Amino acid sequence: MADDDVILSVENLSIDFNLRTHVLHAVREVSFELRRGKTLCLVGESGSGKSVTARALLRIIDKNGTITDGRILLRGAGSETDIVPLNERSAELLSIRGGRIGLIFQEPMSSLSPVHTIGSQIVEALRLHQAMNKAEARVATIELLRQVEIPDPDKMIDRYTFEFSGGMRQRAMIAMALACNPDILIADEPTTALDVTTQAEILDLIKRLQLSRGMAMLLITHDMGVVAEVADEVAVMRYGRIVEAGSVDEIFHEARHPYTRQLLASTVRLEQNPRALTRPATVSDPTSKPVLSVRELSKFYGGGGGLFGGASYAIRAVDNVSLDLSAGENLGIVGESGSGKTTLGRLILRTVEPTSGTITYNDREGRAVDVTGLSKRDLRGFHRDVRLVFQDPFASLNPRLTVKDVIGDPLFVAGLARGAALERRVGELMELVGLDPQSMERYPHAFSGGQRQRIGVARALALEPRVIIADEATAALDVSIRSQILDLLLDIQKRLSLSFIFISHDISVVRYFCDRVAVMHRGKVVEMGTAEQVCTAPHEAYTRALISAVPHPDPRHKRMLHRTRFTAEATP
Amino acid sequence: MLRYILKRLIYMIPTLIGMSIIAFLIIQLPPGDYLTSMLASMSDSGVNVDQAQIARYREIYGFDDPFVVQYWKWISGIVLRGDFGYSFEWNRPVWGLIAERLAPTLSVSLLALLFVWAVSLPIGIYSAMRRHSVGDYAFTLFGFIGLAIPNFIMALTLMYLAYRYMGQTVGGLFSREYVNAPWSWDKFVDLLAHLWIPIIVIGTNGTAALIRILRANLTDELNKPYVITAKAKGLPEYKVVLKYPVRIALNPFVSAIGWVLPELISGVTITAIVLNLPMMGPLLLRALTVQDMYLAGSIILLLGVLTLIGMLISDILLAILDPRIRFN
Repeated sequence: MADDDVILSVENLSIDFNLRTHVLHAVREVSFELRRGKTLCLVGESGSGKSVTARALLRIIDKNGTITDGRILLRGAGSETDIVPLNERSAELLSIRGGRIGLIFQEPMSSLSPVHTIGSQIVEALRLHQAMNKAEARVATIELLRQVEIPDPDKMIDRYTFEFSGGMRQRAMIAMALACNPDILIADEPTTALDVTTQAEILDLIKRLQLSRGMAMLLITHDMGVVAEVADEVAVMRYGRIVEAGSVDEIFHEARHPYTRQLLASTVRLEQNPRALTRPATVSDPTSKPVLSVRELSKFYGGGGGLFGGASYAIRAVDNVSLDLSAGENLGIVGESGSGKTTLGRLILRTVEPTSGTITYNDREGRAVDVTGLSKRDLRGFHRDVRLVFQDPFASLNPRLTVKDVIGDPLFVAGLARGAALERRVGELMELVGLDPQSMERYPHAFSGGQRQRIGVARALALEPRVIIADEATAALDVSIRSQILDLLLDIQKRLSLSFIFISHDISVVRYFCDRVAVMHRGKVVEMGTAEQVCTAPHEAYTRALISAVPHPDPRHKRMLHRTRFTAEATP
Repeated sequence: MLRYILKRLIYMIPTLIGMSIIAFLIIQLPPGDYLTSMLASMSDSGVNVDQAQIARYREIYGFDDPFVVQYWKWISGIVLRGDFGYSFEWNRPVWGLIAERLAPTLSVSLLALLFVWAVSLPIGIYSAMRRHSVGDYAFTLFGFIGLAIPNFIMALTLMYLAYRYMGQTVGGLFSREYVNAPWSWDKFVDLLAHLWIPIIVIGTNGTAALIRILRANLTDELNKPYVITAKAKGLPEYKVVLKYPVRIALNPFVSAIGWVLPELISGVTITAIVLNLPMMGPLLLRALTVQDMYLAGSIILLLGVLTLIGMLISDILLAILDPRIRFN
């Protein structure tokens, strides 16, 4: 090993998990090297063993997992330590954790303790590895928070995590991981749960901190766009093995392994818009009546006083939104989290009552129905025609019901089918969404994330609706599955006359799927236009900032690092 | 925080009013009153009673008044004069009877609560961290045995052991020579020697439940990402567990005060009778059997008040313990 820059090398690492029924080889003969100041991206879909590999470097593995083979050599100060044989409780391992290797990971919501202040958690990390008294550690913590660009660090240090937004929490997490100047930073999907603009800021921050400190970074992600933006080296993992490794340019432009190519293809495909080919004629026909039209819809929260009064303020979750949805049209609603897009979807379904405004639905016979004035009873009929597909394929299916019950439930409730007829219809629906009807007696846990989302789609289709509101329907899925589900929806739309309202923070998904796009910011629609126009030639400054924050899956054309930043005007 | 407590105190007022009405209604529900039950026992023992005399008593006590009038007499006395009424059975003011039992009742209950916490906290943590180990199963078994053995049997057994091997007097909180003696060090030691039996008997009941609750909660918390964060910082495992997940899993412990307190005070009647403890339970039971209505009503009301206070204390502690509750 002549290379001085190599700070950590993993050789033939294998990890097994003892499951109840069998042994799972989660990681098999994985080897890679981390170099000072360089970033290695470990790419793969969920279940490929990339997180387990990363955590093994810190020896944080679940109780039923063991490292069966291989070495993890950590170099520094002229010595070389193998992490694998170290005792779990030894001082040496504890000093490596946090001291030489820092970890940040995905869930910014739950990766910090909710009952301790941000400051106390960072101070603790500092005092574990460095001889500092409380006052010194506090000063150092404020300085760290300043480095990760948290405003008012001397005040924020005493705040709790639930007072922080997702992006702020991730910054605090980064501050904690970097507290003791580690040589290596492991970032496990650090931006997956964040929306694009926050993602761009966080990646930008990590990159700058890494360069200024000369750290090696191991970045784990499933997003090829992120890889293209930040990686120096890439290793592609599948089923616990590294199937291909090389420089970022080689991987993106001379990929040899078919899996790598498939992964790239499904990412790049989302950059295009196939809708131009499948769009029905009714969409651009100005004479046809819209299916849904929303006029000046608003929803304010707060503003009332409690028993003892209190500051009266209102949050304008949705502010004066007007839009039309034509028959057969796909309307995308994009925006950052907190922009009011989910609330808008719920207002249209009236699961949340609007503060003001009207929603008009033109039903199958062409009668105009005022949705805002419907009684609870009549609302049921409306909900038959306008249905919702949820984000989380794991939480939105009742684990105690078989798939047949899940899909058949709307039919049963509406009294449309019973017994054998119900079963036949469920079978049809499952075929429609590309599932095997034979498996209708199984429970949701037997299906993968993508298959569960298909079940969710089948359930939404059961009552032959005319409009489907899909709220982040593909956000929880891997890239390759994501494009499959989108293709499925487009395919179904060709066969049934359906309109979609597609709510997403992912601009590439919206561009792929939608005819028109409405961009939401702070409850208002700031720009509306065709998908092509909004994504390639946006008029508004906010939209430009949003689009430029989307990672571009080509390392030769990095977009994010010279993106336009949108400094919001001071509207409350 | 102060505003929150004040708000809670104000909300307690309507609850208290409702509770006093229900308490009074309950003791009025059985047919007859104190005089009929006195008559029954007198005629049983062959004493002839003058009907006119009875009628006069009835008038004096106001037993024939409508419910509302009787209730008003009782509650206005409590609220305006601090007078809880008069016990027919004991021929003494109700408050005096309750007051002399309040201290032993509260002290035994609180000590039992501390015992429950002291035992179930370490066992719960151990069980959650070493789930399905021999130790976990042993403690679970121990806990369920404690839960399954009826209190009075355990009380009798412990009392027998204390008498047989430690030479203690049976029952009560003091040995005979100290009962009426002024407080001294010896009396205190004597009290401790007697106190452990009721505390263990009463405590074992709640222990098993709390162990299971803590074990379940902690098991959930141990898999949360923030535990991995804490480990990745380089904290040793026992510190990780004690500082982060245990802190959050403690919430049910604190909420336990709300329901354990009244349960300990009223629910230990049988134990208190068996052990001959000067507690509230036996007094309430006696008052209910002879329809000594002011005494029974006041005790029930007091239990209600204690429940509310317990709830309030636990909510305040929860708010101190968990900033998420404090800020939302």
